[in-house]
Amino acid sequence: MDDRRLENIIGQLLRAGVLLAAATVVSGGALYLAVHHADRVNYRVFVAGGPDTSTFSGIMRSAAHLESLGIIQFGLLILIATPVARVAFAIAGFALERDRLYTVVSIIVLLILLASLMHAT
Amino acid sequence: MTALEFTIVVWALSVLAGFLGALTGLGGGVVVVPALTLALGVDMKYAIGASLVSVIATSSGAAAAYVREGFSNIRIGMFLEIATTIGAIVGAFLAARVSTHALAIVFGLILLQAAYMSFKGMPENAELVESDALATRLRLGGAYPVEGSPEQYGVRNVPAGFAMMFGAGALSGLLGIGSGAVKVIAMDRVMRIPFKVSTTTSNFMIGVTAAASAGLYLKHGYINPQVAMPVMLGVLAGALVGAKFLVHMRVKTLRVVFGAVILALAIEMLVNGFTGKV
Repeated sequence: MDDRRLENIIGQLLRAGVLLAAATVVSGGALYLAVHHADRVNYRVFVAGGPDTSTFSGIMRSAAHLESLGIIQFGLLILIATPVARVAFAIAGFALERDRLYTVVSIIVLLILLASLMHAT
Repeated sequence: MTALEFTIVVWALSVLAGFLGALTGLGGGVVVVPALTLALGVDMKYAIGASLVSVIATSSGAAAAYVREGFSNIRIGMFLEIATTIGAIVGAFLAARVSTHALAIVFGLILLQAAYMSFKGMPENAELVESDALATRLRLGGAYPVEGSPEQYGVRNVPAGFAMMFGAGALSGLLGIGSGAVKVIAMDRVMRIPFKVSTTTSNFMIGVTAAASAGLYLKHGYINPQVAMPVMLGVLAGALVGAKFLVHMRVKTLRVVFGAVILALAIEMLVNGFTGKV
């Protein structure tokens, strides 16, 4: 398998991931608006949200209970996972090509990403 | 404003931002953040959180299209990603510690630069170079299609480009933008990589860079579902439509109009930042 073919497959997978994320966000948004469409809202003052929208486990729990905001956040988590998946695919691709240097480079990038995402758990 | 009205207005603004961002190559983030903060009074932290997720959506969503063209260089992208992701974490860390006024001022300066780029057009570097010693060791050079046949290109000044990428990552993490313009300058101007390769590789890098700040943004509550939902859906839709239009449109006039809009936003952002209104 050459670089181009692998990249092409990765590109298709990423787009599928983005569409899945968008569909999830749309469903959560529809559910939210169905209940709260007439609420008065403004976002002038920043208030940090609770764990239901800001931690990995909180979002999973909230989405599992089919709470609208949890579903939206779950969709956004899918989205955030797409570039991480892209790097993971690249590791596999470089490893298959026996390109040791770039396998290591990709692993470093993945570790940085995972270390950063750990903050949200 | 009711939740329904807010969602519709923000969505519409985001479609426009994504569309213009795709046409000009500046990305949706630089437009959507000032639009939300200046027009709707949304707190800047919500705006940059929503912008960050939309940046990931456009980068991942467009990947397939860019790969088909055969320009992006995944080795260059991955190598420089070490710098952008670390920079992004530092930026996101700072974003939680500096005042909103300071964020607005930095954002205003970035908008000034974007307006300048918009008026002038991205500087294109057509000259191909040979790789220097470090770039050869890292095998960063590659080939890209020029009128159908592959043309070899080299890469230079890796340390300087790497340092600049750290800065691009920090800006991305600080302001929730893709900072694609800085990435393109680092590759095209500093590392002497062909323009087409630079822009497409930059698109590949933007999503990974943004993902590095996403964890901190989420933890600090910047990614608010009610704000991020219409922004992400709008910017994505706008960017997809914009990418289709790109082929058929004369971009020059649009770029001047867009540059004027960004310049106005830059001034307003700076004034608001200095007077403490944002």
